[in-house]
Amino acid sequence: MIYKLHIWRQESANSKGDFEQHEIDVSEDTSFLEMLDALNEQLIENDKEAIAFDFDCREGICGSCNLVINGTPHGKHRGTTTCQQYMRDYADEAELWIEPWRATAFPIIKDLIVDRTPFEKIIQAGGYIEIRTGSAGEANTIPVAKEVSDAAFDSATCIGCAACVAACPNASATLFVAAKVTHLSTLPQGQIDKKRAEKLLEAMDEQGFGGCSNYRECERVCPKEISVSTITTMNKLLYQG
Amino acid sequence: MSDFELDSHTPKGSLETRWTQHKFDLKIVNPANRKKYNVIIVGTGLAGAAAAASLGEMGYNVKTFCFQDSPRRAHSIAAQGGINAAKNYQNDGDSVWRLFYDTIKGGDYRARESNVFRLAELSTSIIDQAVAQGVPFAREYSGYLANRSFGGAQVSRTFYARGQTGQQLLIGAYQAMSKQIDEGTITHHSRCEMQDLIKINGKAKGIVSRDLVTGKLESHMADVVVLCTGGYGNVFYLSTNAKGCNASAAWRAHKQGALFANPSFTQIHPTCIPQAGELQSKLTLMSESLRNDGRIWAPKNKEDCDKNPEEIAEQDRDYFLERMYPAFGNLVPRDIASRAVKLICDEGRGVGHAIEGKKLGVYLDFANAIKVHGLDAISEKYGNLFDMYTHIAAEDPYTTPMRIYPAVHYTMGGLWVDYNLMTSIDGLFAGGEANFSDHGANRLGASALMQGLADGYFVLPSTVSNYLAQQKPLDITKTYPEEEQALQRCSDRIKQLMNAPNPQKTPDEFHRKLGKIIWNACGMAREKSVLESAIADIKTLREQFWQQVKITGSDETLNQTLERAGRIADFFELAELMCIDALTREESCGCHAREEHITDDGEAQRHDDEFSYVAAWQYSGNLSVPVLYKEELDFEFVRPTTRNYR
Repeated sequence: MIYKLHIWRQESANSKGDFEQHEIDVSEDTSFLEMLDALNEQLIENDKEAIAFDFDCREGICGSCNLVINGTPHGKHRGTTTCQQYMRDYADEAELWIEPWRATAFPIIKDLIVDRTPFEKIIQAGGYIEIRTGSAGEANTIPVAKEVSDAAFDSATCIGCAACVAACPNASATLFVAAKVTHLSTLPQGQIDKKRAEKLLEAMDEQGFGGCSNYRECERVCPKEISVSTITTMNKLLYQG
Repeated sequence: MSDFELDSHTPKGSLETRWTQHKFDLKIVNPANRKKYNVIIVGTGLAGAAAAASLGEMGYNVKTFCFQDSPRRAHSIAAQGGINAAKNYQNDGDSVWRLFYDTIKGGDYRARESNVFRLAELSTSIIDQAVAQGVPFAREYSGYLANRSFGGAQVSRTFYARGQTGQQLLIGAYQAMSKQIDEGTITHHSRCEMQDLIKINGKAKGIVSRDLVTGKLESHMADVVVLCTGGYGNVFYLSTNAKGCNASAAWRAHKQGALFANPSFTQIHPTCIPQAGELQSKLTLMSESLRNDGRIWAPKNKEDCDKNPEEIAEQDRDYFLERMYPAFGNLVPRDIASRAVKLICDEGRGVGHAIEGKKLGVYLDFANAIKVHGLDAISEKYGNLFDMYTHIAAEDPYTTPMRIYPAVHYTMGGLWVDYNLMTSIDGLFAGGEANFSDHGANRLGASALMQGLADGYFVLPSTVSNYLAQQKPLDITKTYPEEEQALQRCSDRIKQLMNAPNPQKTPDEFHRKLGKIIWNACGMAREKSVLESAIADIKTLREQFWQQVKITGSDETLNQTLERAGRIADFFELAELMCIDALTREESCGCHAREEHITDDGEAQRHDDEFSYVAAWQYSGNLSVPVLYKEELDFEFVRPTTRNYR
């Protein structure tokens, strides 16, 4: 399959970027990132600099990869990350536009790589349960209802990729924050910290993310299909105080 | 290189009291003095993040480094199946002793009894710690923690969070670490890779790092350096490791004098999705928990290999693990399962895509499990794994059997460490997959998470404190000549990589070739002549690499081609040591079989009289002539027997 590619190239945060055109011929069983690997091999052979993009595990769990493909964060195959997109998913496309996440809070480092450090700052503001190593009691002392534990797990599956921010017209990180708050604050172990939601939302504002105005684009692109109901859960906790 | 006394500092006395007594014997640092000490931790996966969080809480000044853009991305995150702990919640006869015994036996009697017992002992505290952190382990309807069984064990002691146990445990450790960053006890550096170790008077006192965004080399000084940098499975090019996983930090430490133990002990995991084409960049593992309910088979007749599996009648299917190992069936340990799958495919009974003319795959079938337990129960247990398979292989495992083939997954070998997890360099510690301890020649399922966290939360904080208690804090405001020298070495090496005399080939092209050599020679089955020619091939290719590697772009900005080349250069050196180690070990043991040491009925032959030792290799200045130190293994409590899973 032959594709015409338009790939965002940008030397650094402060330089001006633009789309660069390439053409590539790959089989349908090639993954999207392997297609870019192949392109990079060609570029190096032709004395050109390889395109920078983030990736690591290539099995959809580390949250490193982050491409906007034809306008959609993580591409057209829903419920999964960029690395799990295969060229067979794009069999009916002739042209592919490949861009980085775009959000004020995430400056571009180079080409398709952005700086997601603001997500770290949000977690550091209270996205944890305080427990000093060694001081935990016997694990089975506190039973946790299966449905509570399952619901906590569903929001704990967030991989911190930030597609939710990339898709949001406000570049809000509300889904990311709500997933963390729902994970921790619905478990009995996490209920001590009543201010978690407040602290995380404050950090979100400080880091330059926008607010939520219910576009629900975030849940559409979330590779782990985290539901906006986590935002409802968070809001409930917030108003209960 | 000077002669070196290999002392494991293993405590004596009854096994149950060794760690308790040892902890009491360890020196501690007064809380008021802890902030005067600087600790460097490289790698922030399970072991690194847990150690950083714990040492930070204790009050030390901790500096952490990872090459990813966040500690939350470390490859510990991809561990699926679970974590073992001797809680005996199932009342099925489990105990610390049984977990200890299973781990020693699973490792084919090539691990230290003291270390493994400590691991089993600490396993229960890990679960307590993780649950308190909010790790959402699977629960029964009663609200209590659920367990499942796993390969190599006859009790249910594995705790799990669907198929994402590693992710949940890593997030727990990452969050604990994030809290310490916020409190200022940890200073963290993401997108920053260790380039070399700095020693002063023979002691580890710092590292050189490269900022992967700016290309800037920097030195960082401390009182102790801890490497939790993971394994070296990516030497094979195709493995289940993340693309960024590398051996560079451990290898640089090795070249500075740290002994490298059992480098040929690598684990090949039986349940991976087979390779589909030449462009493939990595292999994907599916948790071996799938073997609890899935049945592994291949066609009895070669003629059936091209058919759809549905068209092959029940009597024409060979459930070969159940046939060969009736007692354990599909739950035999990983090495046995992997070798059996290879055997079937070598006989020409493989299915699926052909790679270089050979079909490399067998079926893992859930039809029976779905019939017995129902679709919902199977989906609840394995849903995310089935989804993953569907994405990758474009086939639906609910209706057609999965195809699997073994792939490199874990490396038991690593930096040699004593009971305190200190390497042979004074002040350099290694934790998690980066060290060699605990798993012997083969790691049991659900034990990697256990070891990473035992090292990180419980062992390193005690033993690193003990070391610091015996040091005077280094004045890190001063500049040391050793820093300057190390910076110069690193800068020279980067210049050399950037300016190969005859640049022609990309780093990956070399890596793919290296991977093929090492997979063929030093994979599941090894043979003297093949290993010898592999060593020659590796050397030739390594020379070509330094002559012909082509790196475009600059070293003063983000350059992933350069990062990769630096890591591959180290893999080239490690690969030779792996083959030398495999050549020296004239026995079949754990994950690996030497063709010359197989019984007539095809079983692995271990030679305890000659090889009951840890092979710890010292860099001599010549990569091809490393010096072997043997740490004899002493089995006081478990008598080595021939493993029998039939």
